[in-house]
Amino acid sequence: MMKVYLDNAATTALSKEALESMMPYLTQVHGNPSSFHSFGRNARSAVEKAREQVANAIGALPEEIIFTGGGTESDNTVIMGTAQRLKDRGNHIITTAVEHHAVLHPCEELEKRGFEVTYLEVDEFGAVSPEQVEAAIKDNTILVTIMFANNEVGTIMPIAQIGEICRKHNVWFHTDAVQAVGHVPVNVKEMNIDMLSLSAHKFHGPKGIGALYVKKGIRLPSLIMGGAQEKNRRAGTENVAAIVGMGTAIELAVANMENSTQKMLTLRDRLMNGIESRISEVKLNGHRTNRLPNNVNYSIKYIEGEGILLHLDLNGVAASSGSACTSGSLDPSHVLLAMGLTHEVAHGSVRLTLSESNTEEEIDYALNVLEKAVTTLRAMSPLYNK
Amino acid sequence: MYTEKVLDHFSNPRNMGEVEGANGVGMVGNAKCGDIMQMFIKVNDDEIIEEVGFKTFGCGAAIATSSMATELIKGKSIDEALTLTNAAVVEALEGLPPVKIHCSVLAEEAVKSAIDDYRKRKEENK
Repeated sequence: MMKVYLDNAATTALSKEALESMMPYLTQVHGNPSSFHSFGRNARSAVEKAREQVANAIGALPEEIIFTGGGTESDNTVIMGTAQRLKDRGNHIITTAVEHHAVLHPCEELEKRGFEVTYLEVDEFGAVSPEQVEAAIKDNTILVTIMFANNEVGTIMPIAQIGEICRKHNVWFHTDAVQAVGHVPVNVKEMNIDMLSLSAHKFHGPKGIGALYVKKGIRLPSLIMGGAQEKNRRAGTENVAAIVGMGTAIELAVANMENSTQKMLTLRDRLMNGIESRISEVKLNGHRTNRLPNNVNYSIKYIEGEGILLHLDLNGVAASSGSACTSGSLDPSHVLLAMGLTHEVAHGSVRLTLSESNTEEEIDYALNVLEKAVTTLRAMSPLYNK
Repeated sequence: MYTEKVLDHFSNPRNMGEVEGANGVGMVGNAKCGDIMQMFIKVNDDEIIEEVGFKTFGCGAAIATSSMATELIKGKSIDEALTLTNAAVVEALEGLPPVKIHCSVLAEEAVKSAIDDYRKRKEENK
């Protein structure tokens, strides 16, 4: 049976280059980067090289990069840290209804502690407008946190315009760019981004490692306490091998972006055209063009997402869904609901996310499996009367 | 996450589809929650469920529990079928993940709803 991985928004495969760059730091260089001796210094120089690679990839300075345990920690650090740091200046935070839970949950926690959070509504494609952000800013607003690109539907937010507005109003602007970095051009200076979260395993780096960009001049308290690492901004001995792997992966992702984007767009269009021509009554979720090059998300009417995933999985195709049944709750994806989808339609969503190593043959195979799954499930559905 | 038995009933559902000449039809659940089960039964004069069928909108567990429930009541008297519990459905499937137990409850309710409908129709025809 063919095995086709179409869940690259969940995680990507570690690249050969990233793995090879990590190996010396798993086998030979075992020093603690904080140590004074040569063993430590060797590890330190590898960490600092990776810091430069990450900084270069997003147009930042190396000293503006803090290594973290991943995107979730980066998001948490910004939100909890800003609240603590600026609580005397204000208690209002602006975000959107479609953020990742790594942003939404700390925001909800802050609400319990007396902060006020505005969750901007999104349009039918899952985007907010710069005007909405500007209208929501008040005298007591201390942070605007808006994702760069949505993890479920791939919609890209107008980050540069939002950055400009935040700069104008002198409000800190953070973006969760976990799905964007390495996939679309990101430049923190040009886009007026003050803080940015990224995660290595979304661009063929290792899991459990990420970074937080914090613009020079902004000082956030460390979420993790217990050491002076990362200039007191994140305690804990650095995961040297993973940091090195992230550096390699991000450099490669940016260097190959144009090429891989073209490849993925071709595959994405093949997949989208296939779905729309072979399956009736489907709805594309997210914007047709203003979306990540690797993201395909459809609602397939009259059936439920987990059933689709199960059929795909039994035939070797890995995908994901915004159905409630895959989240462990009774509600389908908060992103799809925020975009105005009814529960029924949201339950029937399937997300297929590509990498540049997918092939046309794989896409055609996945289409065959998907079409068969839909036919089987619709024949079973009391909602389908065709 | 699912047992072999669940996957088997999901991939090869038993008694799927409407039953011609059904004299009891029940529908439970709602699309909002992501599960709808429709159960069709054809009961003979001896009150034995001769034929049974289902249609389900829902996850893998919803489909598998519907399929198993039809197997468990086929050929039974309606009184016996009424004693079907969700636990029996879960047991026959060799277990369900905790978040999917509600699917088995829905299957039990679908059976009861179809039998209710059968009885109501019988009452009306007296």
